Amino acid sequence: MNFTWDWEIAWDVLPDLLRGLVITIEATVVGMVIAAILGLLIALAMRAPTRWVRGPLRLVVDFIRMTPLLVQLVFAWLLLVDVPPLVIGFGVLGVHYATYMSEVYRAGIEAVPRGQWEAATALNLPKGRTWRAVVLPQAIRNTLPGLGNYAVSMFKETPYLFAITVVEMYQAAQQYGALTYSYVEPITMVGLLFLIVSYPAALLVRRMETRLA
Amino acid sequence: MTNASNGTPAIEFKDVVKRFGDNVVLDKLNFSVAKGDRVTLIGPSGSGKTTILRLLMTLEEANGGLILIDGDPYTHEYKGDKWVDVPEKRRREVRKRVGMVFQQFNLFPNMTVLENIIEAPIHVLGKSKAEAVQRAEELLEQVGMTEKRDFKTNQLSGGQQQRVAIARALAMDPEILLLDEVTSALDPEIVADVLGVLREIARTTDITMLLVTHEMQFARDVSNRVLMFDHGKIIEEADPETMFTNPKHERTQEFLKAVLGG
Amino acid sequence: MSDDLQALIDRLPTLGDAVLVTLEMTLGGAVLAMVVALVLGFGARTRTLWVRGPSRVVIEFFRGTSLVVQIFWLFFVLPQLGFKMEALAVAIVALGLNYGAYAAEVVRGSIESVPTSQWEAATALNLGWFHKVRRVIFPQAWALMIPQLANLLIQLLKGSALAFFITLHDLFWWIDELQRDTRDTFFSYGIGLIIYFVIAYVLTWGMNWLEERAKRRLGRGTRPRLRDVFGLKPGVPSEIARVKGGVA
Repeated sequence: MNFTWDWEIAWDVLPDLLRGLVITIEATVVGMVIAAILGLLIALAMRAPTRWVRGPLRLVVDFIRMTPLLVQLVFAWLLLVDVPPLVIGFGVLGVHYATYMSEVYRAGIEAVPRGQWEAATALNLPKGRTWRAVVLPQAIRNTLPGLGNYAVSMFKETPYLFAITVVEMYQAAQQYGALTYSYVEPITMVGLLFLIVSYPAALLVRRMETRLA
Repeated sequence: MTNASNGTPAIEFKDVVKRFGDNVVLDKLNFSVAKGDRVTLIGPSGSGKTTILRLLMTLEEANGGLILIDGDPYTHEYKGDKWVDVPEKRRREVRKRVGMVFQQFNLFPNMTVLENIIEAPIHVLGKSKAEAVQRAEELLEQVGMTEKRDFKTNQLSGGQQQRVAIARALAMDPEILLLDEVTSALDPEIVADVLGVLREIARTTDITMLLVTHEMQFARDVSNRVLMFDHGKIIEEADPETMFTNPKHERTQEFLKAVLGG
Repeated sequence: MSDDLQALIDRLPTLGDAVLVTLEMTLGGAVLAMVVALVLGFGARTRTLWVRGPSRVVIEFFRGTSLVVQIFWLFFVLPQLGFKMEALAVAIVALGLNYGAYAAEVVRGSIESVPTSQWEAATALNLGWFHKVRRVIFPQAWALMIPQLANLLIQLLKGSALAFFITLHDLFWWIDELQRDTRDTFFSYGIGLIIYFVIAYVLTWGMNWLEERAKRRLGRGTRPRLRDVFGLKPGVPSEIARVKGGVA
């Protein structure tokens, strides 16, 4: 093994990586916002009384949830020719993770004690009000750790965007490597950068879990 | 008051200390149990009785003092002046002589009744499957659970599970049997069944027994010594008759009045 | 449309091999992940810091760095350091290490969920450590682990699609080839995603069956309704999201 770490290269590639990091974070934030909202809508829709809504919806949600995000990204990108890749990235990430979030919401809603519903009925509160003022606030509190966990997870999956020409953090390293034939420093540093951002974030989420438990 | 005058005591506690954090539960406790003794430990909760049983089963570690089984150091010993742990290998040798029945039965849910009973004899005592099964069936007969031999443990009621637990402990042929409030988790109607089984065992074997129980009638029937604990010390000791009808210590009197309802 | 169908039929022979590659990665990765999970999961529980520390570090390392980076690191960087690894091996190792680290947390959490009283009962019978774990603790923890492991298995399947970018002729490669032939993105990707879905479905069935079997061993199974085995439980991502450590 005749290799030595070249700090010059490391220093040289860093600005590219950081620029990529910005894109990565953008994608994560926008993706999670979409996932959080869409996920809630799906969770509410899944409570529809009729099987004809629940059944097909369940199938679509499972289909998206269980098939590769990577393939979905390339699919959308090839199909929607006029849409900028980053936007496609936001959208597909958002929809894919909305399927996870819908489960988190479902569990969060079910975790609200039955007694709450019953008290609202006893006070004659209308359904809408019960949801808005009593159930949802408690349900959403239950879902925060899940939201946090999936946000960190999405952050680590943004590199899939390389496949649709978005220059996020990994792609920045890859491009540098392809140009200079030095892959070691760029890719290793990307890995470490991911660790540096995601590990503290994960710790924060775990702290939040125990605090809310 | 019986003495361990004939032969080595089965159990000896010498200056045993046990702390939980800042709470000193046992403070230089000394007592001994002779072979074949049936000793009941009574006292308020927190007085240390269960801790004694757990120490004897190595579920807790003492912080000082010696515990001897048949004169052999169990968990700790003195090497010269130093107080050291007894290595696990030797502990296992000594632990073989002790068995325990738990308040919550603690049967293994992934095994049937029979499998629960033969597991340790096969893998610890090295018995053949045939031997172990034969002994298990004898014990199942003794505790009245023969028809349930192939049932999964969670298909049994509490009383049934406890009887299996007793069989499981006895299958190891222990010299000393520890019984930790074995009927406290059972419905009152079932308690009598389990106690019946234990009375039979007390009658037909000469196994040394150490019981923690609230069942005073049972204690009277089965034990030859009763020890009253308070704050980790033995404050009174007597045979059951004397202890229950004529306790000398004030604390004992208070306790018995509360438990037996005056 | 008939051109598309014709192209599909032409490509069918290669589909078998492509799916095989995907399955090799998925199952190979899963086996490696399970081994890694057991080693690290137990390692993270020992009392000796010398084992616990490194175990935790390895777990956090492979969870905290992205799978994409891990695969490409093994593919691009290792050769530059002098080690050449087959593409399939790269995929299996990366998938196994990454998901093994997540699975380690599942293993650790499930073992910790087994009530202490079971350990105590086993000690009272003088069973040795390895024996306790193998015959009493693990069988009970196993039933708890399966839903979460099933979820990770599906994620592993999805992650395998990356292999296309390290020259492997997996299912994604096949989809890409079909798309080139037909120039019909919707058709080729649609079919491809459906095939992935079918594979995922079958894997989930398998895990559901394992779970029912494990629960029956604990006397907790009921005669499983067809729905239990063939249903698509969402793999309780919510539990993962809320369990200590979770997805992150």
